[in-house]
Amino acid sequence: MSFTGVMRPGHVAIRVLDLAEAVEYYVERVGLIKTDEDKQGRVYLKAWDELDCFSLVLREADSPGIDFMGFKVHKQSDLDEFEGKLKEYGQNVERMPANELNKCGERVRFDSPSGHTFELYAEKEHFGDGLGRLNPNPWPEGLKGMQVHRFDHCLLYGSNAIGTVNLFREVLGFDLTEQVLNPDGEIAAAFLSCSNKAHDIAILEHAEPGKLHHISFMLMTWEEVLRAADLMSMHDIPIDIGPTRHGITRGQTIYFFDPSGNRNEVFCGDYTWYPDREPITWMPEELGKAIFYHDRKLNENFLGVVT
Amino acid sequence: MFQIFVEDANESFACAADKNVLKAMEKLGRKGIPIGCRGGGCGICRVQVIGEGNYHTGKMSREQVTEEDEKKGICLACKLFPESDLQLKVLGKWQKQFITDTVSDN
Repeated sequence: MSFTGVMRPGHVAIRVLDLAEAVEYYVERVGLIKTDEDKQGRVYLKAWDELDCFSLVLREADSPGIDFMGFKVHKQSDLDEFEGKLKEYGQNVERMPANELNKCGERVRFDSPSGHTFELYAEKEHFGDGLGRLNPNPWPEGLKGMQVHRFDHCLLYGSNAIGTVNLFREVLGFDLTEQVLNPDGEIAAAFLSCSNKAHDIAILEHAEPGKLHHISFMLMTWEEVLRAADLMSMHDIPIDIGPTRHGITRGQTIYFFDPSGNRNEVFCGDYTWYPDREPITWMPEELGKAIFYHDRKLNENFLGVVT
Repeated sequence: MFQIFVEDANESFACAADKNVLKAMEKLGRKGIPIGCRGGGCGICRVQVIGEGNYHTGKMSREQVTEEDEKKGICLACKLFPESDLQLKVLGKWQKQFITDTVSDN
């Protein structure tokens, strides 16, 4: 198997209303590890099973939501190639210098039709998973909270979502794995993969541009998902839905909110995607089952609550 | 314990001084104010305190509640802490979703 171009979601930068409260939540409850803090006051965190030094960046602001989402590319030359293609496609593109985000190489930042800002980068400093690369143990002791393995994906809401879907497919080489159609037969939601995962990013049509539906962290088993739900009740973390299963991607999931109202997900399970597979389609009348496989009916919160 | 009266829903429930109004309503299984992120971020639980009433609020998204709003007694119920009995009008922020709009039209 070969990975070329975009390898995986690498980081997401979000805004929080109270930085100290948010850091405590993401460290003690979600189980991320704080690795850095910069002069601007941004805090950098990583999940334990990631090797790069951060995947979540927090900054305090007057309103919550997403600043940008970054993807790691395989080679420096991929960065140059994508920069050219994005400009040709008509996007506003700028190069963020190395170390503008601590310990991260140059980033190619671009806007998108749905109002979201994305980045590509090739280098980030290694931090490790606490296990080393020589005869390692399977997990490190001392993990906290939900002990999520990695930052897995985002679901973004925006106007002209299809514009961003096309951008990701045509320029960045993502595959469409699943789509939800509206009654006119057009794509209302798209799930895209740049890897073997059922999705690395998902985008849904929404009245406002640039919105965050959720940032998602991966667990390994249904048992771990249930344990995470227990922790949510122990610490009064508001739950949106779950524990339950999505029809889309088959993921076993819980949606919940951070202290600023940004929605989080922990989930486990999907299927293995290959580029020779046909995408899955969900008809509008089955949207309930697509999102809530057991409830089988729409939930207004899930569709209306964003930051 | 203070009494919170939600005008539109003709609902009334008790809320302790250290609890936010939305949580008090939720815990009692009452309805009236829409429930969203419960963190001051999404704007779904937007209410207006009407008439006499003392209260304080936690930090709320400025995108959902401006300084002008606050002067008019507009706030998010999930960040509203009563210091007296309160009378609320539900403003909400419910945006009809593209999908539910089109699906429910069927």
